[in-house]
Amino acid sequence: MLSNEQELARRTRRGFLALGGGAVAGMAGLGWLSAGPIAEGDIPANFRKVLGLNEKAIRSALYSNDHLAPAFPASAIGKIKANGDDGLDDDVEDEDWRLEIQPYGADDVTQKLTMEDVKSLPHHEQIIEFKCVEGWSTVTQFAGVRLSDFTAKFCPGSERAACIGMHTPNEEYYVGIDMPSAMHPQTLLAWEMNSEPLTDEHGAPLRLVIPVKYGIKNIKRIGTIEYTDTRPDDYWAERGYDWYAGL
Amino acid sequence: MQTLELKHRLATRWTHWVNFPVLTLMIMSGLWIYWAYDPYRIGLGDITLVHMFPDWFYKVSGIDRKLAFGMAIHFVFAWLFMINGFVYAAYTLFSGEWRELVPDAKCFSEALAVVKHDLGLGPLPPQGRYNAAQRITYSLIIVMGFCSLLTGLAIYKPVQLSWLTTLLGGYQWARFEHFWLTMGYVGFFGIHIGQVIRAGWPNFRAMVCGYDLAKGDSNAQ
Repeated sequence: MLSNEQELARRTRRGFLALGGGAVAGMAGLGWLSAGPIAEGDIPANFRKVLGLNEKAIRSALYSNDHLAPAFPASAIGKIKANGDDGLDDDVEDEDWRLEIQPYGADDVTQKLTMEDVKSLPHHEQIIEFKCVEGWSTVTQFAGVRLSDFTAKFCPGSERAACIGMHTPNEEYYVGIDMPSAMHPQTLLAWEMNSEPLTDEHGAPLRLVIPVKYGIKNIKRIGTIEYTDTRPDDYWAERGYDWYAGL
Repeated sequence: MQTLELKHRLATRWTHWVNFPVLTLMIMSGLWIYWAYDPYRIGLGDITLVHMFPDWFYKVSGIDRKLAFGMAIHFVFAWLFMINGFVYAAYTLFSGEWRELVPDAKCFSEALAVVKHDLGLGPLPPQGRYNAAQRITYSLIIVMGFCSLLTGLAIYKPVQLSWLTTLLGGYQWARFEHFWLTMGYVGFFGIHIGQVIRAGWPNFRAMVCGYDLAKGDSNAQ
């Protein structure tokens, strides 16, 4: 029979072996997670998979078009940074600008709308907290029309698509949006910010305001809107950020 | 003759040792995320004692420019952090071990005596599995872990969970709370390691294999 000291020595050996085994297994697991193909933006594919599962879980368990970004009083409005100018190199004169639409199922652009066409829809205004993926946020007022109203008027039936892709006129910046988020009542095509017309650096003449997403999805100076089932390319997803980027 | 005494059960030991690397990854990726917008500081009014964090710290630690990868890691390992935490909490609750952990009324005065003892100023009061200071600290750490989960969710989905974000004081307050909870872990870790070294080998061994010889001054950490 083992003495207590021997028994403790035996258990100590076993304990450290188990801990060592656990450490090796953990490192192997981490290696397995990080190994394999590298998905877009240098993020290992397995991490992308988990982020995809997060998206699914959140969309089914948490997401609702009744969940609104909280509204703020005008007194809370701050000074918002113009954080990125990707896709904004070429100046666009308002009268030359057209919004091109490729409806669901169409192979090409079928309509080119003017600002007057867009402004013919019911006007909506909101003061929400705009959230940058970097972590800062600024309470900002935006006015425009709902993307859901826009879709219903100019390409009815396109709501059946899974996604919407949007490009700047020079196609240098682009985002992909899942349809539920695009149809959210606070998702606007906006031409006014803090009671002023949009400036060039904030995306004149028309930008997307989508409070259920980080700022990276709030594309400035929209040139094309495309309704599609294929997940559209996304500028920042290609640079390592989550495609969904939902809040 | 000394008898073998079970100090920590398997569930306690495993959740402890799983939490260590997982929390390390969460803190590291959290700092990668924080770097992109780092407004916090220690100071008062116009006087800043320490900016969280100075540029040299980012450079030396290589924390800079990893926001996207940091988010990817954070939102993958958050699952492990959460599941492991719930396993520990459920085990501690249902096994009844919470009775030895959650501080009672006299813990708060005894804890002072423990601190005095640790500073070499007095005797160690009699204790069960954990001493009074440990009961307070470890219970607090569990509560902090839960608060990290809540504040984290409030920043992760501030629209879908806007009720939670609002409850925590808003988006920026939730981020502030999430950050300082993390600094709390870093502070705890420093003290914890110091105390483990002080308590010596048998105490550390008990956290690995579960057992110690009963008798003798086992200043368990």
